[in-house]
Amino acid sequence: MTTPDFAALKKDFPILQTERHGKPLVFLDSAASSQRPQQVLDAMDYAYTHAYANVHRGVYGLAEAATNAYESARLKVARFIGAPDSSEVIFTKNATESLNLVAGSWGRANLGPGDAVVLTMMEHHANIVPWQMIQAEKGFEIRWIPLGDDGKLDLTELDTLLDGAKLLSVASMSNVLGTINPLDQLIEAAHRAGALVCVDACQSVPHMETNVAEMGADFVAFSGHKMLGPSGIGVLWGRMELLEQMPPFLGGGGMISNVTTDGFMPDAVPSKFEAGTPPIVEAVGLGAAIDYLESIGMDAIRQHEIELTAYAMRALSERLGDSVTIHGPSEPSERGGVLSIDLEGVHAHDVSQILDSHGVAVRPGHHCAKPLMKELGVNATARASFYLYNDTSDADALVDALADAQSFFAP
Amino acid sequence: MSDLEDLYREIILDHYRSPRNSGELEPPAHKAEGFNPLCGDEIVVYLQLDDDNTIADIKIGGQGCSISQSSASMMSAAVKGKTVEQAQELMGSFKGLMSIADKGEELAEPTPAEIRELGDLAALRGVVKFPTRIKCATLAWNTLDQAISETQSAD
Ligand SMILES: Cc1ncc(COP(=O)(O)O)c(C=O)c1O
Repeated sequence: MTTPDFAALKKDFPILQTERHGKPLVFLDSAASSQRPQQVLDAMDYAYTHAYANVHRGVYGLAEAATNAYESARLKVARFIGAPDSSEVIFTKNATESLNLVAGSWGRANLGPGDAVVLTMMEHHANIVPWQMIQAEKGFEIRWIPLGDDGKLDLTELDTLLDGAKLLSVASMSNVLGTINPLDQLIEAAHRAGALVCVDACQSVPHMETNVAEMGADFVAFSGHKMLGPSGIGVLWGRMELLEQMPPFLGGGGMISNVTTDGFMPDAVPSKFEAGTPPIVEAVGLGAAIDYLESIGMDAIRQHEIELTAYAMRALSERLGDSVTIHGPSEPSERGGVLSIDLEGVHAHDVSQILDSHGVAVRPGHHCAKPLMKELGVNATARASFYLYNDTSDADALVDALADAQSFFAP
Repeated sequence: MSDLEDLYREIILDHYRSPRNSGELEPPAHKAEGFNPLCGDEIVVYLQLDDDNTIADIKIGGQGCSISQSSASMMSAAVKGKTVEQAQELMGSFKGLMSIADKGEELAEPTPAEIRELGDLAALRGVVKFPTRIKCATLAWNTLDQAISETQSAD
């Protein structure tokens, strides 16, 4: 396969042709949400214009077309993540709902006093709060894998932490540090201890090859809007045996096989977990996003992002020296394209404001990972994150704007 | 003046670099913590009242951006020595300033009346052009409000 021309990809993304404050938009906030190519917009437009009706219930042609489009998106997702059975792919509204589903359904049914769930210090609130909510109800213990050196987890006490635990829930890649966690080692250790593993794969599925069967996890959650798809759709993949045993999460239409005045019978997986009208056109959009990603190749995307991250890290330290700190692993191949930046003497919020005046979009704040921020001893960072449509000119714009922010605030 | 220069006036940067009344007060001083959930800014207000409801001392802790920190510093300087009622009035005026819709050019300079009433605080009016930053500017005042409520409920 020839190397894709990443510099040419920008033209597929209408929003990247726009300007901010009279300057070309330099979008460096894809870790929060990506932009989408014309192909995705067209697919959704086509679905609304030619193939829209509610799914699963109508017998008329249009309803059948909509159902086929929705179900073929499920097949695409299953193939994209290497799911052995497409029925294991559950559509949700986002990764947050996917994780709440695991906590609310599996957690509520399986956790109680004396049990433990293991999380890590680098989790997003979406993989913390759902567990704390069920903990308040069921009274189990939550244990935390600590942070070690170079933005990586400290796994020295891993076996002790997993001892007697029922579940490990961990991010595949940190949305603050970019750290790619050693899933092989974590999953192997958890399974050895008899614990299931739930992976918050929000930050890795958009950026690298994912194969849930090879990964060996029990649940995998991610969002469509971070991988060129629309907002309003997320995915939970789970092993069929587990999904079959789990009680429904939300109740309503679409998730039952029968309802009487005395009660209900849930439908089979995945319908059991898809109560109400699902994100129909969002699924179509996600399918188109997957087609786009596959046309470029996930390995090529990963390689591009490693090179761009290495370039940006080098440029930042050459231009700004010791006044800039980048949290997380120092080796670009061990991290994703997420750079959480501290600029000496300038608060992240002010950094982002000055960068915005240059048309450079980065995110200030705690990135929904307050326990991690506390551990890092900061209350906010300015986070720049790359995706396939970014190139070295974007990294240069970032560095120039940061240098400007520094001189603006220089005493 | 560019919007950015209007936001980051020299006097704001001065309060940011050398914050007034920064530190802590021991109990029986009252303490309130305010958070900006959007960006993680934190402000701690320590408040010491006299018997006649005058703000005898005020100290500011926490960390945050130039707007939240300078606003806290200015707020502390503006209310120290004032009665609680006067501080609340000032809070009303400041919040009024923060809710002014974008008046374009008119925003460039505070009016003499505003300067008389709000002093240095009037310099923060450029913030209204940046809606996401209004929360930064009002955080200190909301935290002061909380601290005042604490003193009242403690009585
Ligand atoms: C690691 C991680 N987990 C979970 C989430 C939550 O994703 P969403 O807001 O799409 O549910 C995010 C995104 O912000 C994330 O980066």
